[in-house]
Amino acid sequence: MFPKILENANRAASMPVLNSTRRGFILGALATAAGLAVGFRVTGTALAQDAAQPHPFQPYILIAPDNSVTIYSSQFEMGQGAYFGIATLVNEELDAEWSSISVEGGFGNVAAFGNLAWGGAAQGTGGSTSMTSSWERYRKAGAAMRMMLVEAAAKEWSVPAAEVTAKAGRLTHASGKSASYGEMAEAAAKIAPPADVPLKPREAWTQIGNAGLKRYDSKMKTNGTAPFTIDVKLPNMATAVMIHPPKFGATVASFDGSKAKAVKGVVDVVQISRGIAIVAENMWAAIKGRELVTVTWNEEKAEQRSSAEILAAYEAQAKAAPIAVARNDGDAAAALGSAAKVIEATFTFPYLAHAALEPLNAVAQMKDGVVEIWAGHQMPDLYQFIASQIAGVTPDKVKLNVMRTGGGFGRRAVFDADVVAESVEVAKAIGWSRPVKVQWTRDNDMKGGRYRPAYVHAMKAGLDKDGNITAWQNHIVGQSIATGTIFEGMIVRNGIDFTSVEGAANLPYAIANLNVGLSTMQAGVPVLWWRAVGSTHTAYAVEAFLDEVAEAAGKDPVALRLELLKDHPRHVAALKLAAEKAGWDNAPAQGRFRGVAVAESFSTVVAQVVEVSIPSPGEIKVEKVVCAVDCGTVINPDQVKAQMEGGIGFGLSSILAEEITLDGGEVQQANYDSYTPLRIEQMPVVEVHIVPSEAAPTGAGEPGVPPLGPALANSVFQATGKRVRVLPFAKGLSV
Amino acid sequence: MITLNINGVDRQVDAEADMPLLWAIRDVIGLTGTKFGCGLAQCGACTVHMDGQPIRSCQTLLGDVGTAKITTIEGVQGKVAETVQAVWAELDVPQCGYCQSGQIMSAVALLNDNKTPGDTDIDAAMSGNLCRCATYARIRSAIHEAARRLEA
Repeated sequence: MFPKILENANRAASMPVLNSTRRGFILGALATAAGLAVGFRVTGTALAQDAAQPHPFQPYILIAPDNSVTIYSSQFEMGQGAYFGIATLVNEELDAEWSSISVEGGFGNVAAFGNLAWGGAAQGTGGSTSMTSSWERYRKAGAAMRMMLVEAAAKEWSVPAAEVTAKAGRLTHASGKSASYGEMAEAAAKIAPPADVPLKPREAWTQIGNAGLKRYDSKMKTNGTAPFTIDVKLPNMATAVMIHPPKFGATVASFDGSKAKAVKGVVDVVQISRGIAIVAENMWAAIKGRELVTVTWNEEKAEQRSSAEILAAYEAQAKAAPIAVARNDGDAAAALGSAAKVIEATFTFPYLAHAALEPLNAVAQMKDGVVEIWAGHQMPDLYQFIASQIAGVTPDKVKLNVMRTGGGFGRRAVFDADVVAESVEVAKAIGWSRPVKVQWTRDNDMKGGRYRPAYVHAMKAGLDKDGNITAWQNHIVGQSIATGTIFEGMIVRNGIDFTSVEGAANLPYAIANLNVGLSTMQAGVPVLWWRAVGSTHTAYAVEAFLDEVAEAAGKDPVALRLELLKDHPRHVAALKLAAEKAGWDNAPAQGRFRGVAVAESFSTVVAQVVEVSIPSPGEIKVEKVVCAVDCGTVINPDQVKAQMEGGIGFGLSSILAEEITLDGGEVQQANYDSYTPLRIEQMPVVEVHIVPSEAAPTGAGEPGVPPLGPALANSVFQATGKRVRVLPFAKGLSV
Repeated sequence: MITLNINGVDRQVDAEADMPLLWAIRDVIGLTGTKFGCGLAQCGACTVHMDGQPIRSCQTLLGDVGTAKITTIEGVQGKVAETVQAVWAELDVPQCGYCQSGQIMSAVALLNDNKTPGDTDIDAAMSGNLCRCATYARIRSAIHEAARRLEA
């Protein structure tokens, strides 16, 4: 299966995203896999089926005789609202009662659940693709199910199907005949899935685009009942905490767990490939035991440098020629040579931690030859495979329970399955004697690596005597996320990791002589995608630098962008909307200062105007952010707003004060006292405006992040005359 | 055995006195609405009420609770709590939801104490509760809205 994942990933890379075979693929999946029929046949015995079949085919939708509607989501829920979005798509066509709907994570069937934005090659959540992938698939699933229910009712009542109405979870006929969806479910299971599934026209929609529709899952998140992995409790379950190497790449030379084992409640201390696990009856016993374990590390292969040394190497490379060229239009070097004015700036970005509130965790057990794992399975096929390798079983003997997670931001999509693999290793190390929950403490999580890579951008622009931009050079220096992972074939091309240059190499501005270069550097610090990935640094470098160029050219930042964006109507529309709503053409109120930025990420365009004040020298208060977003057709308008609000807060958090630093290879931050996310008093007023669109939906989870940093930097320049080129601001304001 | 009054009921807890209240609530008593986020009173996910006051249960030792009455998200009740929870859901405040038990416990304590909190009062009362999804703007709106309804 592992080679299969690789093969699929490589195949996907050569396929155009969302190509014309998509439609055929979906119908094929419906017809061959017959998920709907399987769903119907289960008469309230889904659990029994699972037990008999640990790697069951799951349908898209299951209606039980009690009228409950369970939707199996291909997409992972970490707070971004993917489950609600998918439920909305299903229910637009199915028309069940919202109170009967619940959503669970599906897994184990790439044909049904493969991400269509990735060519269907693998199931996974990332790149803000959930709605893009689900847009037709889940509407068709809902429509097919409604058609089968209607057909069954028509058959049962001996009336034409066209006379049967399906609405609010009930089937009715003018004769007075009526049945709930649940009552008709068993009969509908005998109906063949339709080959052709027409969808409602846009003007008939009542759910999609409905701003008044509320998330179905908010209530359980206000009364403590929403279940997370940390809440999983199984009979006889043990809890384990980890000791990881203090330096990345180090391994255990020896350890002594005898003192820990004497602590009441500690069950065992075991070595696994990634460190030492303290297994106990409860979390507190495990934590207490951990303090008494001594470990000697072999640090021969460990990264020993400080982050300052790593960044110094990047800065030196930034002055040299790029190793690879990501884009080259015209002749930027020549144009810079003949420019009337040359502007230069270097931007430095730190390592960043995801730091989600729920520290990483996973629960594993082996029972009757089946490994069962409860965790945030963001890439289920891969995790199932890795778990099967560790346990020495075939992948079909690995059952996943896809849990919602307390945040994610990219951290649960890991190449080596990370804590999921640890949980299986620990359960195996104690002889599969009992279920084990591996629960990272905050310091495990903060020091656990998989950071947003540190980067340096060296920027140069040339102006002619009239202030027109004639040249643009951007040299990006930093670590590759995908190189050396199973995603390399999909993401890295000709030495260019797409995630290193996205947002820079696809610069939308019309500049004749343009060169974007990349120098991929080696460092022993594990890195990963972090909400908005490459655009977290490229958008800052590009948009903050463009502000410097606008100043040098004596042009208004909005006017200059509009002038350069002639062939990018979506950018223009978002920028104009944000500028208009922020009152850009009028001076800000006394003591307020504005900055603007626009960025496309994951096919969504977001423009933001940030307004700041300076309450006292050196202090910056972000007062307001006006945001305009074009993410195609909007499925849940209030959720798009929520994701923009959250993206702005998340972006602001990192820009102001987040930074992971290493000293002699050791991470210096362990908790929220030294790695300091945004708090409520720092949150600005946020206004979100949506650009109307009838295009297919694009992402909303990540694209709110990128423009915030540069728009803030540009407003701070207006307020203070200071260009912040070293992140975070906590450091960069004073250098 | 330590006797703990939790959500109005005396419970016998088989745990050592140095166990943080958080782990007694979660692992021993089995109420999982109260969350672990940092273990250092930095994030507020573990906020519960002790005699009506919000405290961080990860930094409160079981042995120090004595006869104080502990209320968790599962046991919080009354007009203020119901209003806060209802408004929270109506405004779709939660995203991942992990911090929200703690947010709600802090918000309920604030409104029990101050019927008409201003923005600075909200900042002061809620600053200890991190939300990594940054739902702060909605948390602020929800507290103001709950206050309005409770005044009405």
